[in-house]
Amino acid sequence: MLQLFKFKGGVKPATNKVQSVTLPIAVAPLPTRLAVPLHQSIGGMPRPIVEVGDKVLKGQKIGEADGWISAAVHAPTSGTVIEIGLYPAAHPSGLTAATVVIEPDGQDRWIDRQPVDYATLEPEAVRELLREAGVVGLGGAVFPTHGKLTASKTVPMEEMVVNGAECEPYITCDDLLMRERAEEVVRGAGIFRDLLRPKKVLIGIEDNKPEAAAAMRAAITALGDAFREFEVVVVPTRYPAGGAKQLIRVLTGKEVPASKRSTDLGVQCFNVATAYTAWRAIAHGEPVISRLVTVTGNVDQPRNYEVLIGTPMDELLRLGQPKADTDGIIMGGPMMGFLVPDQAAPVVKATNCLIAHSPELFPPKPPEMPCIRCGECARACPHELQPFEMYWFSRAKNFGKTQEYAIFDCIECGCCSYVCPSRIPLVQYFRFAKSEIWTREREKEAAEGAKNRFEFKQLREEREKAEKAEKLAKAAAAQAAKKAAEALAAASAPAETAAPASALVAAPAPDATSTPDAVKKATIEAAMERARAQRAAVQPKNIDHLPPAVEKEIAEIDARHTQVFGTADTAPADGEKNN
Amino acid sequence: MISALAIMALGAIILGAALGFASIKFKVYGNPLVEKIEGLLPQTQCGQCGYPGCHPYAEAIAKGEADINLCPPGGEEGVRKLADLLGREVKALNAEEKPKQVAIIDENTCIGCTLCIQACPVDAIVGAAKQMHTIIAKQCTGCELCLPPCPVECIAMVAIPETVDNWKWKYPVTEIRKAA
Repeated sequence: MLQLFKFKGGVKPATNKVQSVTLPIAVAPLPTRLAVPLHQSIGGMPRPIVEVGDKVLKGQKIGEADGWISAAVHAPTSGTVIEIGLYPAAHPSGLTAATVVIEPDGQDRWIDRQPVDYATLEPEAVRELLREAGVVGLGGAVFPTHGKLTASKTVPMEEMVVNGAECEPYITCDDLLMRERAEEVVRGAGIFRDLLRPKKVLIGIEDNKPEAAAAMRAAITALGDAFREFEVVVVPTRYPAGGAKQLIRVLTGKEVPASKRSTDLGVQCFNVATAYTAWRAIAHGEPVISRLVTVTGNVDQPRNYEVLIGTPMDELLRLGQPKADTDGIIMGGPMMGFLVPDQAAPVVKATNCLIAHSPELFPPKPPEMPCIRCGECARACPHELQPFEMYWFSRAKNFGKTQEYAIFDCIECGCCSYVCPSRIPLVQYFRFAKSEIWTREREKEAAEGAKNRFEFKQLREEREKAEKAEKLAKAAAAQAAKKAAEALAAASAPAETAAPASALVAAPAPDATSTPDAVKKATIEAAMERARAQRAAVQPKNIDHLPPAVEKEIAEIDARHTQVFGTADTAPADGEKNN
Repeated sequence: MISALAIMALGAIILGAALGFASIKFKVYGNPLVEKIEGLLPQTQCGQCGYPGCHPYAEAIAKGEADINLCPPGGEEGVRKLADLLGREVKALNAEEKPKQVAIIDENTCIGCTLCIQACPVDAIVGAAKQMHTIIAKQCTGCELCLPPCPVECIAMVAIPETVDNWKWKYPVTEIRKAA
């Protein structure tokens, strides 16, 4: 038996999980329309690659991943793209985001799915496949999974943690997934194992999910020897045991410092649902177009549904038959979730749970009272921070100090707000402080850039001025020299030959046959001749190896030119003028 | 007596040499205060303070010639930061505070005269003679210096809209309810 460790702090709220585990997973019916936001993962915003009016198939890529840390998005069903534009987002701001709206045709026709045997592929190709399939961390952080599948070069991988803890109250989607689809979860974790090559794979499950743990154990046994380094570990129920750093601490005893990544300590952590989607993507060729969502709270029929990404939340909640006094939807759990401002917002890859909100279920918080410095929050903080200090400084908008107290290590788990006897919304203060700091950081960066560009522009202008002055000085000097030479020549030439017209030009040698005018003409003639020769010698470089269609077009244009200008020769001259 | 004098003199020479060395080795170039002040200014280079750029304004503040409340893009908060740094009284901004803006060129009206390109202090406009110009929105500081030179008035200032990416969590406010 593995020795377990403890993380500091944490709370034990009522789990409220039993309501939604009585029924098996159901497939949610096709909604009337699907709004698929393009930006559903951390990192680059995918570019839309479909247009309004396009017919799409189920699983067809509609958004191309932008950059390495980014993941593609796909059409959840077959149908027609009816809109690409701004649509309410599943975001606490209630703002809109770029979204592809698809009207289903009801046929649910798949693209040509191509299962691959990943054992025959290079690790790089497997990562690329996952990126193309839109596999992201489904625990809620939606970090592109392929970005986590590179082991540290210097530290050998010791443990891989598979996160089935699901510590947040109400949510049971991972529980049901492990109960019903354990084999595929284990196989998916097998893909990650083969890429990272850890010595052990630890599947952490809280002890309030014995059925899930049993199902996972059975799956590992059934899969046999290839999965012998897999071990299911039951961990004590304590919120937030499902936080990546907390679970790593509990299972391995390793504490990941703020400045380091877990791979630097030879550990990596994945959610069970992520492993499941990775397996579907590799072994079945199905991109991430649906996920399990718990529908619970103030509803008559709490249950887990397999929901297409892009399903409107209100439509999904209706399946659970919300009670009459429902007045909102919480996306996520009661600890870290948020009240959705616009209920038409779509289900996204980060949506693991919808809780119907009612004043009875979640009574409004009594007003905030002054901090009495009891220190309860510091005792509850799973990251061993000092929330009361961060609170004072956030409240006073002294953001530098909040950073000294490591506000960016805060995972916003809500333990401190949960235990606060003065009911201070601590996490809200921290979120406020964090977003202010980010904004300032961005502004500072912009100011720095603006300053550099301004200084460069000044430098450039000065340089140009200096160059111009130099040129002018040179020209003036040349002019002066020329004038001096002319004066000298005029003085030395016999006075009687100087005609008024040629007084300023250098006098010709007495034995020259031509007049000064003729010399001038000849010079101009020679220059024109040179220019003509040059023009004839220069051939446009962009007309080699053209397709016949373009060559034909050029010939037509030339013909037109000949017609209009008489000769084809004038065409390039005309072109030069336009440039 | 003589030995005491000698010791004192020796000490003075050594310390003097050390100080002399330090003054050359650790010489501070430029006025560090100016740099600090400039760090607090928003670097829009807009000239709304009456100085040709943020650096000259910073110099003027450091010399005590200019007041600290002349920078509208910096806003009230900028004034507060300057007051903190310089130990002066916080003053009201001597202009209206505007939301952050970005210039947009109406591409149909632009005649390609390059006048705005010359006016832009931060090289945020691209274009060439008789070609359409456009503004790199990310680099535009919203200084409005491109507006007056435009002969066809095709440049407009637009407030930067709030999106999911630049949205901020609001300061928690306790609702005040009427006592029963």
